[in-house]
Amino acid sequence: MPLIDIDALHKSYGETEVLKGIDLHIKKGEVIALIGKSGSGKSTLLRCINGLEQINGGAISVDGQQLINDEMHLRNLRQKVGMIFQQFNLFPHKTAGENVMLAQQVVKKTSKSDAEAMARKMLDRVGLGDKFDNYPDQLSGGQQQRVAIARALAMEPIALLCDEVTSALDPELVGEVLEVVRELASEGMTLIMVTHEMAFARDVCSRLVFMHQGRIHEMGAPEEVFTNPQTPELRSFIGMSH
Amino acid sequence: MSQIGFWDILTNLIFATGWTVLLSIISFIGGGILGLILLFARIGKRKWLQHVVKVYTEVFQGTPLLMQLFLAFFGLGLMGINVSPFLAASVALILWTAAFLVEIWRGCVTAIPKGQWEASASLGMTYVEQMRHIILPQALKLSVPPTVGFSVQVVKGTALTSIIGFVEVTKAGTVLANATFQPFTVYGLVALIYFALCYPLSLSARKLERKLNAAH
Amino acid sequence: MNYQFNFEWIGTYWPVFLAGIWMTTKLIAVGGVVGIAVGTFCAWARSLGPKWLGIIVAVYVELIRNTPFLIQLFFIFFGLPALGLRLTEVQAAMLAMVINLGAYSAEIIRAGIEATPKGQFEAGASLAMSPIQTFRHIVLVPALQKIWPALASQVVIVMLGSAVVSQIAVEDLTFAANFTQSRTFRAFEAYFVSTAIYLGLAILLRFILIQIGHSIFATKRRASR
Repeated sequence: MPLIDIDALHKSYGETEVLKGIDLHIKKGEVIALIGKSGSGKSTLLRCINGLEQINGGAISVDGQQLINDEMHLRNLRQKVGMIFQQFNLFPHKTAGENVMLAQQVVKKTSKSDAEAMARKMLDRVGLGDKFDNYPDQLSGGQQQRVAIARALAMEPIALLCDEVTSALDPELVGEVLEVVRELASEGMTLIMVTHEMAFARDVCSRLVFMHQGRIHEMGAPEEVFTNPQTPELRSFIGMSH
Repeated sequence: MSQIGFWDILTNLIFATGWTVLLSIISFIGGGILGLILLFARIGKRKWLQHVVKVYTEVFQGTPLLMQLFLAFFGLGLMGINVSPFLAASVALILWTAAFLVEIWRGCVTAIPKGQWEASASLGMTYVEQMRHIILPQALKLSVPPTVGFSVQVVKGTALTSIIGFVEVTKAGTVLANATFQPFTVYGLVALIYFALCYPLSLSARKLERKLNAAH
Repeated sequence: MNYQFNFEWIGTYWPVFLAGIWMTTKLIAVGGVVGIAVGTFCAWARSLGPKWLGIIVAVYVELIRNTPFLIQLFFIFFGLPALGLRLTEVQAAMLAMVINLGAYSAEIIRAGIEATPKGQFEAGASLAMSPIQTFRHIVLVPALQKIWPALASQVVIVMLGSAVVSQIAVEDLTFAANFTQSRTFRAFEAYFVSTAIYLGLAILLRFILIQIGHSIFATKRRASR
């Protein structure tokens, strides 16, 4: 049974339809890259999976549970599916450690000592064990993004959504974040990422999903998609990104 | 009338200043508490409550404080309450202060970037948890400089209560000016007293603002 | 509450209110236009003018912003004759409003000027414009455009604040309410009506100011194309 099931998903902003019927089934341990031009709907799709956008039609289910838009269901869903944002979105009034601890305590009602132990473990995992007491504005962009990953991991999600996680970073900081993502993939974490890092996507992902004008235009294994694109749109997209 | 000298004027004014300060504190604290309650209605999830508070702020910000004082004074009287100018002044100033504070504070809440809402939502927090742990702590920090800044408006606003007969420093000034025939000196002194009350508040608001900007 | 509200007096006293509205309108028209002109000059003086002038303006702005309008009004009307400056009630009210709005708008406009990118001044200078020409032709309009909503709010605040000019017997809208209630003993109703009119005036004034803003800045934009 797939971990994430998306069926006939429709999403509009007012008059404009951004997602025009998406069907996508993701198995446990898959690493998926959503690629496509800006405005093709890939970020919106990602945000729908986490309930950040309300859907207008179709259905999403995660781990056998339908996505229903009320506070209790969303709370359950979001404990299973973590999200990493382009702009990191760390809480500026909390230290790195507190960022990782907060939701554990508030949402999962974990005790403070357990939450702290988990936070230290996760910060270690992303290579920031020594930054526990630093505030976000004392960290580089790459470090902030790694804290954000640790924060999501501390909730022990069964899947992670990554929304252009390196786009806001200086080029020299991209590597450290991708390294962490690569490690997660190799450990078997289910990942769905929107990315412009084509080389990385080709290297790490099990499946590429090319989106065009609100639809899935083409998808398949990376090698196949890159070496043998079937549609002129994908050909031109790959051509552009080289 | 020459028996009222400069020092008599000054001591009388300073005594009356006590009432200005007291009324300012009552208005600010009362308005703050009411403003906080209204804030939760304004940023809460109930549409009709948001609307009620919006109309409230627009009416109180869109009409003269002097009219509000008159309406409080005569309106409370109609309700059978025996109104002293002090009571009417306190009620009107509390309502007026709350209307401004709720808008100032709402501005601080909406100034928190959308990403903070999304990140905390994606971690599974409910609306109340987001407010309590993520949004309000940050908004609180933003709100300190403009709130201190607004306290200046409250102190100056109390001057209008002299018109409904509350004897604070402006009213004392009017009485003394009439008694001494020295309006230049008396109103000059009253102005300086207000300046002495307000300028430190303005200055600290500006300092806090600069500190906040430097921190970002 | 057994009180019976009674608005029948409106039939007799509406001309008094109309005269009051007209006076309030004249006050804010003069106070608004001249006040913004004073504010613009002071903003220039503080951000770009000679240092000594900047200091004088700073003292003026702080004095006005940290004292009540009512005291400023009393000082001008009752206090200044001691220095030989005797004004009529209406003149005193207008002067007080100009001085008050001048100080507040100076700070608002200054914020707009200081938000102007440095490159704009440098571009002006590189075209051999004098600092004053650069200010007048390059800096001022975009600066005003940026802060126009704040300026509009301030003008509305000054209009509402003008309710106290009735205290020096200017026959404005508040005076109309005072007069009516003293004749009819219908104080609550009289102030209720004048409050509603003030609210209407505030909404109207804000609307007009926003429209003025649109038209000024839209023409400038079209003209510069």
